[in-house]
Amino acid sequence: MSRTYLPVLLLMGFVVFNAILMIGLSHLTMRSRPTPVKQSAYESGIPALGEARERFSVKFYMVAMLFIIFDIETVFLIPWGAYFRNLSCAVPLTNGLCPSGQVSMFGLVEMLVFMAILIVGLVYVWKKGALQWD
Amino acid sequence: MTWSLVLGLLQVADPQAPPVSTSVFVIATVIKMIIVFTVLMVGVALLTLAERKISAWIQDRHGPNRVGWHGLLQPAADGVKNIMKEETYPDAAYKPLFIMAPALAFIPAMLTFAVIPFASPLPTSKGLIEMVVAPLPIGFLYILAIASLGVYGIVLAGWSSNNKYSLLGGLRSSAQMVSYEISMGLSTVAVLLVAGNVALNDIIWQQATTVWNFFGLTVAFIIFLIAAFAETNRLPFDLPEAESELIAGYHMEYSAMKFSLFFIAEYSNMVTASALLVTLFFGGWDIPFTLWDNLAPWSIGKTLLTGLFFAVKVLFFLFFYMWIRWTLPRFRYDQLMSLGWRVLLPVALVYIVIIAGTLLILDLLGIRPGALYGLILGILNLVLAGVLFLILDSGRIISPASGRVEADQLRRLRAMRSRSPLAAPGGD
Repeated sequence: MSRTYLPVLLLMGFVVFNAILMIGLSHLTMRSRPTPVKQSAYESGIPALGEARERFSVKFYMVAMLFIIFDIETVFLIPWGAYFRNLSCAVPLTNGLCPSGQVSMFGLVEMLVFMAILIVGLVYVWKKGALQWD
Repeated sequence: MTWSLVLGLLQVADPQAPPVSTSVFVIATVIKMIIVFTVLMVGVALLTLAERKISAWIQDRHGPNRVGWHGLLQPAADGVKNIMKEETYPDAAYKPLFIMAPALAFIPAMLTFAVIPFASPLPTSKGLIEMVVAPLPIGFLYILAIASLGVYGIVLAGWSSNNKYSLLGGLRSSAQMVSYEISMGLSTVAVLLVAGNVALNDIIWQQATTVWNFFGLTVAFIIFLIAAFAETNRLPFDLPEAESELIAGYHMEYSAMKFSLFFIAEYSNMVTASALLVTLFFGGWDIPFTLWDNLAPWSIGKTLLTGLFFAVKVLFFLFFYMWIRWTLPRFRYDQLMSLGWRVLLPVALVYIVIIAGTLLILDLLGIRPGALYGLILGILNLVLAGVLFLILDSGRIISPASGRVEADQLRRLRAMRSRSPLAAPGGD
């Protein structure tokens, strides 16, 4: 069991090493000839106006917040989806299948309750106009 | 007969079961890792050429044809150029993040492929070797976790460049990726419902024994496909780098190898998304209409043949990416957001409920996973897709631009065009 995640660790080390190698290699082989114009922000050739550190639309924050709510919903739905067969069977599965006549509504109803709460939230957000991007 | 074979196969396919010693396991992992990394890097290089060649073909021109035979060495020339080129560091940029961002985009892009099985297990004298870099039991969850890290590289690149266009590109990209990630995750819940496990080998096995999820879960496939295009920032969802609005988007201030890293990340994300589409909906390395390839005894020939099938399926989707690029125009940002939040999200939620209910009913009727099971799911999905496109959509989103014009106005426009001397002979 301990070795199951070893490949990921190895690969991560390998990929990080390669990323650093590529950036480093390019850094070593280039000839740097900076000029003030070259170092300024690129705005299609005209002199840069103002700074980029300005306030931006609140909608991006809104999307981020909505994302967290619905992503957590997804996170809850994934284990439910993977375990659905077990939840919808009144007795333990045999050979990965529910013995006939033992089907239970438990899994479906539980998720419908959970989903109903979230759909109410989605409808509220929708009516409030948070999903309206204009 | 199929279901009784499940346990037999799972024991073989189980990552713990093969009695390879740890040293063999590590050596095999390192070899697979280097092969997959090399194939990805070379594949990405060739993909940039393929993209240009296919674009040229679709637009009826030649494309790169100077370096090497039919421009085959063009990626190598580009690579050398990118390493030798001067890197610019804008004065206003925040240097540490500016240097780190390309690596942050590159690393998750290269990591995601690790759990995707690309061929049937390979028998060796030292034991059975799984044809996947990291045979994790959490399979699919790993992809969701790592793939969502890619957004950091992009948003940090946009912010640290300290350029208005870069910042906007980064913001747009993060909002877009975040929005479509939800639909992507939800559409795969349907796959998990049917497969009953998150391990990708089990998902492939389930498709081999019933039908490919493309037929059994068509609506989930459509949602996943759209979300995959949005996640990889490809047309028609390439708003983060919309040339006409944002010059080049989040990687505008980057040059030389750092720019290349973003490019490699984008293309390897495409490869991973295609491989994932194939694994979840087109049976992965499964050869259609036969169970011979999914069962022991394993052999080298089987591994090569299934690997070939996997490659062909992935290449088809890569071609599909490029085909779409020259077929559909770019969305407007509000259309993009409303497609993600107001169409795909509710559709995916309702779809999960429908599929869960159907599975329950099939269980109640005593229909076991097999051909009939797949057929029922397939017909249900055909009906659902019909409802989705014909009734719910009714020519609004997935429609030509003419769908948004009043009927009499459209008639007037068409009449005007037919009178014009520029009108193409033979009407539409």
